[in-house]
Amino acid sequence: MSDTTQQPARKERNAWFEADARLKRRHLADKRLRAYGIAAIVFALGMLATLVGTILVTAAPAVTQTMVTFEVEVPEGSVDPANPSGGSYQTMLNASIARIFPDVDTPRELRELRQLFSNGGQYQLRDKILANPSLIGGTVSITFPLSDIGDQLHKGVIDRNLPPDFRRVNDAQIAWYDVLVERGQISTPLNWGLILNADSRFPELAGLRGALVGSFYALLVCFLVSFPVGIAAAVYLEEFAPKNRLTDLIEVNINNLAAVPSIVFGLLGLAVFLNFFGMPRSAPIVGGLVLSLMTLPTIIIATRAALKAVPPSIREAAIGVGASKMQTVGHHVLPLAMPGILTGTIIGLAQALGETAPLLLIGMNAFITAAPDSMFNPSTALPTQIYIWADSPERGFTSRTSAAIIVLLGFLVCMNAIAIYMRKRFERRW
Amino acid sequence: MSATSLLAIVLILSLIGYLWGRASAASLKSTGQGMHSIPAYHGYFIALSCGIPAFLLVLVWLAAQSTVIDTLLIAGLPAHITDGVETSRMSLILSEIKSIAGGRIFGTPDPALIAAAERYNALRGTASLAMVVAALAVAIAAMSFARSRVSPEFRARNRVDGILRWILIVCSILAILTTLGIILSLVIESMAFFSRVSVFDFLFGMEWSPQIAMRADQVGSSGAFGAVPVFWGTIFISAIAMFVALPVGLFSAIYLVEYADKRVRSFVKPLLEILAGIPTIVYGFFAILTVAPFIRDLGTSMGLSVASNSALAAGGVMGIMLIPFISSFADDAISAVPQSMRDGAYALGATKAETVRQVLLPAALPGIVGGVLLAVSRAIGETMIVVMAAGLMAKLTANPLEGVTTVTVQIVTLLIGDTEFDSPKTLAAFGLGLVLFITTLALNIVALQVVKRYRERYE
Repeated sequence: MSDTTQQPARKERNAWFEADARLKRRHLADKRLRAYGIAAIVFALGMLATLVGTILVTAAPAVTQTMVTFEVEVPEGSVDPANPSGGSYQTMLNASIARIFPDVDTPRELRELRQLFSNGGQYQLRDKILANPSLIGGTVSITFPLSDIGDQLHKGVIDRNLPPDFRRVNDAQIAWYDVLVERGQISTPLNWGLILNADSRFPELAGLRGALVGSFYALLVCFLVSFPVGIAAAVYLEEFAPKNRLTDLIEVNINNLAAVPSIVFGLLGLAVFLNFFGMPRSAPIVGGLVLSLMTLPTIIIATRAALKAVPPSIREAAIGVGASKMQTVGHHVLPLAMPGILTGTIIGLAQALGETAPLLLIGMNAFITAAPDSMFNPSTALPTQIYIWADSPERGFTSRTSAAIIVLLGFLVCMNAIAIYMRKRFERRW
Repeated sequence: MSATSLLAIVLILSLIGYLWGRASAASLKSTGQGMHSIPAYHGYFIALSCGIPAFLLVLVWLAAQSTVIDTLLIAGLPAHITDGVETSRMSLILSEIKSIAGGRIFGTPDPALIAAAERYNALRGTASLAMVVAALAVAIAAMSFARSRVSPEFRARNRVDGILRWILIVCSILAILTTLGIILSLVIESMAFFSRVSVFDFLFGMEWSPQIAMRADQVGSSGAFGAVPVFWGTIFISAIAMFVALPVGLFSAIYLVEYADKRVRSFVKPLLEILAGIPTIVYGFFAILTVAPFIRDLGTSMGLSVASNSALAAGGVMGIMLIPFISSFADDAISAVPQSMRDGAYALGATKAETVRQVLLPAALPGIVGGVLLAVSRAIGETMIVVMAAGLMAKLTANPLEGVTTVTVQIVTLLIGDTEFDSPKTLAAFGLGLVLFITTLALNIVALQVVKRYRERYE
């Protein structure tokens, strides 16, 4: 009897336990999904942090540049005052280096000693004499960079406690360097050369000036072309275009262009601008034109969104007081949409600034040691300069590359901040 | 006079035309006649009719000038230089003439070349002078013609609106022209390539080594332009990238939409989007600076041999780049599922996870798939990460620790520093570019279709 009454109860309890267990499982699955989500976000943000962190850490040594100061005697007669650029400045510099290290005399030791110094010193000496020929016959004080290995020795990138075979400087070079430190000839000012110098084969002399000027010209061209053309195209499509096959085709085209890989635009630039129209290779104008073709869809899409946001009542009021369609758009709709358009334009230009692949194909990765005078001269751009430096084997370029990336990211952050500010400040809701 | 200053002069002429037209219309108006358009529109009309033809003339002239001069120059060369010379040699001769003309003389050139250089300089001088004269003549003629139209009945506003409308149309057609330019340049150069290497060999050949085929006796017959290993490398690296990006992007989107509270979401979402704003060159440097050495050390410590440019490093970093793509598309798609569907699932006793898996994901699937397809197209076309972090050797391997090469890497390496346009090596880049363009275009079209269809479901 008791069995028959207890059986269903136990069954019930079992069922209840099972349901309970199932519920626990289901809740566990819920927690798991939540945990996966958190893990995914932590992974993504962790990668972002690692990326920014490693670049900041590698860039840190490039913030300063180790310089050495020498008093160089420029004897009367060693430089022809009529032709001061013909003097043998390296010899004078070597003489003043030899005065500090009189016991270095074998050719090999002399070579090793000179390896500590950048060869930019002679040019600095020359420029000083060129600027002020009355210095001939006196003593000139010049401050110029140590070489790559000297710089890294000073910053501790090269560990001096390693056995000599495992580091790139030998014991003698360390000893000479210590003498210079003791004599107070070594200093580490901020590395303005990184911004002010043009490119160079030697990391300690290489700077971003050419790349910055080149990027500026390219972005200028990009802006001058894509801003008016983009607005015009968007205004036509949004305000004037009849709904027909041509406008459909244009819209499909714009959407597709926005997703075409950037390197294909590079191929277009190479085949059309360089090969067909015979434009100069490596010139910022070509880069700017290619970038403007890429930026155009972004600007068109942003402008159309901004135009859409202007309420029809504005247009109706303008038409009502006798404005033509063109006047309505030009006097009322466009000015009201302008903040949105500018925001989109800045974002488009920021993308263009970071674009590398198409610029590589039109030759903006050339090695050019002077900033371009105009947008028709060969030049590099900021991202292609980063590419060149990242490819260079010298150790000193690693930190310079990271520093250049920080400069690039700095520009991008500023541009995006301006865009966000403009959106917040001028956005109007109707 | 340079083209820039000429354009500036044309601009100034237009300004003068504007002032002139406005002034003359204003003087007409002051006589008390009823004008159809306000004076400013008469001014605009003259400015546009003067500026646009001259501007177009200068553009066309600049575009045609170098080709015309080159043709004239070649036609004028004596027979002993031009006889039996191929086009590639001809372009070398032309550039030699131009460098002599620019004053950079190496060795003792043929006197005929020096004469040609002098003629080149003379032609260029004549051409630029003719351009200035022609442009100014057109501008002034158009200006005086437009001025003669100023009258009370003249519908200047309608005319100006019409002209502006045409300008707008031309600008929007530029998008079509760009696409057309891409297709034409890719197809024409690829045709030149496929006339030397058969399409079949290119698409299905198993060996890729364009450098070997540089030797003159091997052109086109070496069979070294088989692109299958290159295509495989692209697919392989993209697959690795999606393997990273898809789960991370999807799970973070699910978390942000369904679990996270508003504060976390408004903080994390922009941070994730930063990943999409970082230039790809930075990712490439990150890959060679941090990720590749890390993977190599990890592999070596486990006793595996890892190439320094392993597919894993390039694909993994590319996956990080694609996370925000997937997550923002999935985010939009999941957010767009109506609240009523969630409520229905909760009312039946479903947990959040069950709602997500059985209700939201199926409903949002088209949007997510569209996003994934766009991300794949991004991955295939991505250049800088793979140029820096992936290999150059085309290898058919499924081992992610080995280096593979991709279509974009090959395009860049084939074209960097090379200006000749008739070696199969440079032309091969355009063949690869054509394949890349068609593939990404197809993916984009399919993706947009999928997304579009999905949108129609809830609106």
